[in-house]
Amino acid sequence: MILNEEALTQRVVSNDIGISVKKEGRNRRSVRHIRAEGVFKKLIFFVAFGMVVMILGILVTLVVQSSLSIKSTGLSFLWGKVWDPVRDIFGVYPFLVGTILTSFLALVISIPFSFAVALFLGEYYPKGWVPTLLKDTVELIAAVPSVIYGFWGLAVMVPIVRKFEAAIGVQTTGVGIFASSLILAIMIIPYSASLGRSMVQMVPGNLKEAAYSLGATRWEVIKSVVLPYTKSGLFAGVMLSLGRALGETMAVTMVIGNTAKLPESIFAPGNTMASVIANEFTEADHPVYLSALIELGLVLFLVTVVINMIGKRLVKGFSK
Amino acid sequence: MSVQVKYRIGKSIAFQGLTILLSVLCVVPLIFILVYIIKAGVTKINWNFLTNLPKPVGETGGGIKNALLGSVEVIALSTIIAVPVGILCGIYLSEYKQSKLAYWTRLSVDILQGVPSIVIGIIAYFWIVKPMGHFSAISGSIALAIMMLPIVVRSTEETLLLLPDSLREAGYALGMPFHRVVLKVIIPCGFSGILSGVMLSVARITGETAPLLFTAFGNPYLSFDIGQPMQTLPLIIFNYATSPYNDWHDLAWGASCILLLWVLLLNILTKVISAKWKVQL
Amino acid sequence: MLGGVAMLVSGSVMMTSCGGGNGTASGADSTADNTITGAGATFPNPLYSKMFSEYNKTTQLKVNYQSIGSGGGIQQLTQKLVDFGASDAPLNGKQDSAMMPMAAVHIPATAGAVVVTYNLPECKDTIKMTPEILANIFLGNIKKWNDPKIAAVNKTAKLPATDITVVHRSDGSGTSNIFTTYLSKVNTDWDSKVGKGSSVNWPVGLGGKGNEGVAGQVKQTPGSIGYVELAYAIQNGMSFCQLQNKAGNFITPSIASVTAAANIEIPADGKVSLTNTEAADGYPISGLSWILIYKEQKYNDRSLAKVTKMLKLVQWMIHDGQQYSAPLNYAPLSPKAVSVGDALLKTITYDGKPVLQ
Repeated sequence: MILNEEALTQRVVSNDIGISVKKEGRNRRSVRHIRAEGVFKKLIFFVAFGMVVMILGILVTLVVQSSLSIKSTGLSFLWGKVWDPVRDIFGVYPFLVGTILTSFLALVISIPFSFAVALFLGEYYPKGWVPTLLKDTVELIAAVPSVIYGFWGLAVMVPIVRKFEAAIGVQTTGVGIFASSLILAIMIIPYSASLGRSMVQMVPGNLKEAAYSLGATRWEVIKSVVLPYTKSGLFAGVMLSLGRALGETMAVTMVIGNTAKLPESIFAPGNTMASVIANEFTEADHPVYLSALIELGLVLFLVTVVINMIGKRLVKGFSK
Repeated sequence: MSVQVKYRIGKSIAFQGLTILLSVLCVVPLIFILVYIIKAGVTKINWNFLTNLPKPVGETGGGIKNALLGSVEVIALSTIIAVPVGILCGIYLSEYKQSKLAYWTRLSVDILQGVPSIVIGIIAYFWIVKPMGHFSAISGSIALAIMMLPIVVRSTEETLLLLPDSLREAGYALGMPFHRVVLKVIIPCGFSGILSGVMLSVARITGETAPLLFTAFGNPYLSFDIGQPMQTLPLIIFNYATSPYNDWHDLAWGASCILLLWVLLLNILTKVISAKWKVQL
Repeated sequence: MLGGVAMLVSGSVMMTSCGGGNGTASGADSTADNTITGAGATFPNPLYSKMFSEYNKTTQLKVNYQSIGSGGGIQQLTQKLVDFGASDAPLNGKQDSAMMPMAAVHIPATAGAVVVTYNLPECKDTIKMTPEILANIFLGNIKKWNDPKIAAVNKTAKLPATDITVVHRSDGSGTSNIFTTYLSKVNTDWDSKVGKGSSVNWPVGLGGKGNEGVAGQVKQTPGSIGYVELAYAIQNGMSFCQLQNKAGNFITPSIASVTAAANIEIPADGKVSLTNTEAADGYPISGLSWILIYKEQKYNDRSLAKVTKMLKLVQWMIHDGQQYSAPLNYAPLSPKAVSVGDALLKTITYDGKPVLQ
């Protein structure tokens, strides 16, 4: 429908431009509107197009800057298990595993909480000072600088994790994949919660009322009306959260234990790609090393692409 | 029958209870962190702290004036860049949701969200700092603007998507052109969602250090020239928190506290603005 | 409408920004000449910022030094984005030829040390370490605190049977560089398996970000051992080991023992490692920190006035500026290092002619 309309507008513009000058003000105004409309459509098209161009630009820049390392390490970069800057051996497999483990674990932990907040604010208690306070507090979670999460995590959370680990009888380093997933889970809550809340709030009242009038309970309304209606938005929020988790550096670095070894369990120390870049970029003192770190950025970039593609498939699958 | 109804009602109440419990739980760590920062930082804040330039270790009375003003400038600039671009992009995605370009744009935006901030900093360094030949505030603003985009775009898109088609159709029926329908009807209706996205994105970048390290660079002196290096709060926190000296740790805690209060203030301001515009759905 | 206005505003801001940038570059020469930009090592940052602040009081020269890391500093100097770099490690031959577009000189500016810190709540005595033990702990060969090798040098101390948890820096740092350089010198196994660098492939242990990351980890974990900067350990009252130096004496790290370690012959190019020096009272894990500047200063339209100001500043730093070292837990330069620095400063040229006489 939109496409038809666009075509129509185009035709009107091309017919009217020549003769519009002599027509009355009212008509001139509508021509101006039509022209402005064309300009506006072009503008938003170019902005959207620009976004794709920017991503391609980032990709190209990363490839160019990492070419030195790509040439010298080749494919072993991805599967190599040793990261030794002194000998120029660069293998990122342990970081790959660490990144994916922490991000997904964080997502699994945070989803119940962020969806709960979305429902609390969007469905159960949309008005009043308590929900407003909750909403602002949750949004504030995103505002705390991540290095502060790191300090807090190391000083307060890690000792608790260590006790927990001792209680369940696993490796008791405290820092590690599990601790960083916990801190990430806290940090990414606002992304899915905030988008989720706006989604849930926008579910038309008549849909819900229809369900209530059929005798549905609140939970049943949520399950069969609210959630299906807001699915795409909730998923978009989850993807935003996931993206944030993949790219987060400072807080993770403080509590993950930073070893270049492959993590043996979720309680073992590890490393993520982003934290390696942040840790080593400023002190990378020879060209191949610097280039290898940028290549690590490139790999992270590509992993994000793949994970997002998979996410999109999932959303599509769910929607059908 | 009645047992079944009771069961269903019970289930509903249980779920509501669970929701409340989880919601409250996820505020708990934040409260701990807030208390932690405010306790450490609030006593460090006074008039001198806000109006003096930083002083070296061993001298008292150092402040964060340059960082405070620098941060305001850098963030305002990145907001000015990111918000219109983000909203326009979001409009495209919501209006042409089925088009090929929309798919790729959406993918690009999601990828951008996962690019770590330091990589964005590296990109801004190669794109802007190197061609310019020196570090500058504007390069930092652009790096931050790139980081804001995904959140602004996605929240605009998702908010607009949920608006009923009848709103658009009503606009078209009145003979309004497309851009007026979008700007006068759709955007105002989705204002609160977009605003909360913008807020979230500003909050996200306020504390970012990594993209500023190689772009805005920092400056121990007061500077308003966006073409030159500029100090910002995250940079000052990063530098001072990692130093061995208590004088500087105090400055860092004070600055962190200011950063938080600032975001809090921004939140309240947003509240006031949206209340004034009487945007209701 | 809203979007349109915002777009316009952003456009105009972009334009003014470009205009502003050009304006300062071409028009206001005096402000550009009165600002010196430097970047590099984080370790000497507190000292440098004190020096630059003092220098500003008398000369009004504005120095913008940012501690983005030694590697970052070298990188920015390579790109000619800064006037001087600062590094905790001298450029090696590979970097000199591969990265630097022109020859650069190393001017020693200050010295510091790395201390070995540990957490043994049961043990009241100061632990003594030999280079052999230290290397084997960090290699993962010595795993318990009551290992006979540790007990042999700590006869009076009550050593618990706890496991040793090694904590190292996760971020690339000059501190790690000095520490691993030292271990490479004293232990061939370390040299062949791990080597020296600001980031290495650690055989065992956990990584903490920054001094406070390592300190935090060590404080929390009984039985742990780590390393931090001397200034950090002193300021935060941490317990640290006495370390056996080359002469065989067990030395407590302090400004005096670092100064002693630095009191050696300095080669004419200023590039020397202070680890494991011959000095009898010297603390063995010490290191210099350098200012890096290009030998030929006429590039990027730099004026002679600006270059002269910068060189005078560096000259002041290695002479009068040294008085600020000790209060901040840095070791003042030895007279030999100062004279080498002076000689190096005089080799710097502008358009082929020496700047300082």
